[in-house]
Amino acid sequence: MTAVASARRIGSSRGTAARGRGTTQWLPTIILLAASVYTLFPILWVVTASTKTAGELFSTFSLAPGTGFLENLVDLSTYEGGRYWLWALNSLIYSGGGALLSTLVSALAGFALARYNFRGRSVVFTVLFAGVLLPGITLAIPQYFLVAQAGIANTYWAVLLPSIINPFGIYLATIYAQGAVPEETIEAARIDGASEWRIFRSIALPMMAPGLVTVFMLQFIGIWNNFLLPFMMLSDESKFPLTTGLYMLLNRGTGTPVLYTYAIMGALLSIIPLVILMLVLQRYWKLELLSGSLKG
Amino acid sequence: MTVATAQPRHRIRPRVAPWAFLAPAIVLFTLFLVLPIGYAIYLSFVGLRVQGGAFGTRQQVFVGFENYINALTDPELVASLGRLATFGFISVPITLGGALLVALLLDLPRVRFARFSRTAIFLPYAVPGVIATLLWGFMYLPTTSPINYVLSAIGWPTINFLGAQGIFGSLANIAVWASLGFNMIVLYTALRSIPVEVYEAARLDGASEWQIARLIKIPLLAPALLLTLIFSLIGTLQAYSEPTTLKSMSNSISNSFFPLMKVYRDAFGVDNVSGAAAMSVVLALGTLAVSVVLLRVLQRRTFEGTR
Repeated sequence: MTAVASARRIGSSRGTAARGRGTTQWLPTIILLAASVYTLFPILWVVTASTKTAGELFSTFSLAPGTGFLENLVDLSTYEGGRYWLWALNSLIYSGGGALLSTLVSALAGFALARYNFRGRSVVFTVLFAGVLLPGITLAIPQYFLVAQAGIANTYWAVLLPSIINPFGIYLATIYAQGAVPEETIEAARIDGASEWRIFRSIALPMMAPGLVTVFMLQFIGIWNNFLLPFMMLSDESKFPLTTGLYMLLNRGTGTPVLYTYAIMGALLSIIPLVILMLVLQRYWKLELLSGSLKG
Repeated sequence: MTVATAQPRHRIRPRVAPWAFLAPAIVLFTLFLVLPIGYAIYLSFVGLRVQGGAFGTRQQVFVGFENYINALTDPELVASLGRLATFGFISVPITLGGALLVALLLDLPRVRFARFSRTAIFLPYAVPGVIATLLWGFMYLPTTSPINYVLSAIGWPTINFLGAQGIFGSLANIAVWASLGFNMIVLYTALRSIPVEVYEAARLDGASEWQIARLIKIPLLAPALLLTLIFSLIGTLQAYSEPTTLKSMSNSISNSFFPLMKVYRDAFGVDNVSGAAAMSVVLALGTLAVSVVLLRVLQRRTFEGTR
């Protein structure tokens, strides 16, 4: 028995060296699954916690399901006249609108930096790249004062406008355009008399699309997850996105435990759309851009 | 009319188009990055002084480096930097080490559930810091913690996650949970871009996967590792939403716990805008300096690698 087993082990390791197929490597598989349990555990917890009434939340074992799911959902939905759904809508406006405009701005700039030779190109590239390394959040306070002076503090624009500029997005778009838009195609279009704008819209933009999906997703998630910017720019609760709204709910929950159940239900509902979006768009992501980006 | 035939050749090198394409980016970059930096620098050099005797008005006057000296000698800022360093020394190595480990494991042949694990580990990236903190906060709260529930059920002492010492590990855990997946993807995609032939020969010579990882894969990953290190350091310096959210669940977090929290409080809580501006400038320049130094190292290494 042992002879057979050891012979098989030798055989399989030799065989896989050549073909890369064979018996499962269990230790790596188990470590990876353990890491998955770690990352999924809090999400599993919030699913069960969302089914609990305020009383059950603090009295029953935390992973046991409760009886209050629908009640919690109705309570959260009717909280201050459906304010939660307004926050969700706001998050969608900030993230969707901001990421769309940001992707367009990045595509334009990336195409210009990748496919035009003009005086000042390297200066523009260097300055924009310095913006990648700058901790953007430390700018939130001076941004607030400037926005306040411009008279647009506490408006949708105060959150949207600063979210449009994304130096990292421009950087990725440049790298992607360099690889995906052949110079010969542009030259040919020019000789055929196409305008520069037409070349960008009809030729470069479709070719850059796979890379731009990544730029869009990264910026969408970035804005969706942002807390300090809306926290600083907005004072009117009805303009809050989910992050600031849920923070406020949790903060008030310290006095009234029932708000904890609202915050838990709210957290669950806000995770679902992003998880679905991520799973659906996973195949379209060109995340190798991230690791390859510094080589370009 | 004859001039028109020369037109296409002239248009081969457009001068206006690239600037027109860059215009939105340059305008927004100036308005929301350059101008705020300039304004922060301006604010950091002025202060409010009462002028004109007892009934005088408060006016903005140039005060030189006074705000910087006050900021850098402020024991609260120094203490908050110390707390941030403690947090960073726990969270950054664990995040990068963990991400490297799972990326290398995913890259091994014959690993089952690799797709599932990759998606599961990447998932927290889509969860905002506020919500990640909210979830883990309930894991930490004595009344709701499933970890402490199990510990006390088997008669072991419970963990004080939100106490003065435990808070660092608890905050670091949230950071690791949230950023492990992103760093894993960066490293994993870098690994996939290494041609198989590079280590196939080593495999045929009987090298173990561990030797291949240590001697071939990790050295080739150096640029990507440095990239994740830079992102992690910038991310750590900007830690704000996690401690701010956890503050409502723990007494161990003051409102000047991390540098950025202190900046926010000084600017809005105690109306010391100039001091806050000086601290913002110091933090931004400090991060930029560290990143630039690390990038220099990276460039030298990749340059030597290509030679």
